[in-house]
Amino acid sequence: MSIAITTQIICFTVLSLIIIIGALGVVLLESIVYSAFLLGGVFMSVAGLYLLLNASFVAAAQVLVYVGAVNVLIIFAIMLVNKKEDLKPINDIKSRRIISTSICLTLLSLLIRVDLTNVWNLSSPQNSIGEESTVRIGEHLFSDYLLPFEVASVLLLMAMIGAIVLARRDVMSKDISTGLPVDQELIEKSSEPLLTNKN
Amino acid sequence: MMSLESIPIQAFLIVSSALFCIGIWGLLNSRNAVRVLMSIELMLNAVNINLMTFSSFVDNNLIQGQVFAIFVITVAAAEAAVGLAILLSLYRNRVTVDMESFNLLKW
Repeated sequence: MSIAITTQIICFTVLSLIIIIGALGVVLLESIVYSAFLLGGVFMSVAGLYLLLNASFVAAAQVLVYVGAVNVLIIFAIMLVNKKEDLKPINDIKSRRIISTSICLTLLSLLIRVDLTNVWNLSSPQNSIGEESTVRIGEHLFSDYLLPFEVASVLLLMAMIGAIVLARRDVMSKDISTGLPVDQELIEKSSEPLLTNKN
Repeated sequence: MMSLESIPIQAFLIVSSALFCIGIWGLLNSRNAVRVLMSIELMLNAVNINLMTFSSFVDNNLIQGQVFAIFVITVAAAEAAVGLAILLSLYRNRVTVDMESFNLLKW
């Protein structure tokens, strides 16, 4: 990359601060809508990190797929299921919090220790192909990664059909349990939930 | 201060480790099912940062890590679609997104 090292360090610091603070906001904020939009910011900053790593194609794919598709999907899901509800209190919530936080901090310290103490066998930077990475990825996808590439297309088709089948309201013309004809209109009506807790 | 040629690999790895641990914390502690899916996306992004870092620092001529990252992005998109569809049908049946109330498989 032909950017001066000082600029790179400034960009990296800003991007990683946005990533860490945004991720903390995603998991800690009370409102789920704020979380969803912060998640979009985190995805954009991760794309910025990819640009710092000389990977313009993957950065573009990250913006298109994560910000353009996954994040929009999450926001739509929030719109569809956003109901204000009072959550039932859990009696041992404090011990759960303590245990999970200590597990996460232990894992984090372990990972950081590995990151800092391991001696990495880095390759020389003059070997870098830099901006030709898009061409190289295309070559990989159509030569030695051809089978995973085709399998990925089958996976996407399966996911698409599966999502449609799962999210569709009524697939059958008759209700299985009651035998009554199922109404096929597009407007959601209030119906008796099947599995609600009796208590 | 010593002069650097580029950002050290450890900086990227530490950011990715922190992101992964935040994702795990969110996965364990969220009550809202949508937030659990968001935490999974955070963890997948952490893994992707790791793959891209090693691709750039260790294997910067063949860049197989970038191909892997693209496959991870594909699988993550499929996972998000199916996960949100499952969430919708769960919500239709139980009228809640509280993770504590999805206890049908609890022993």
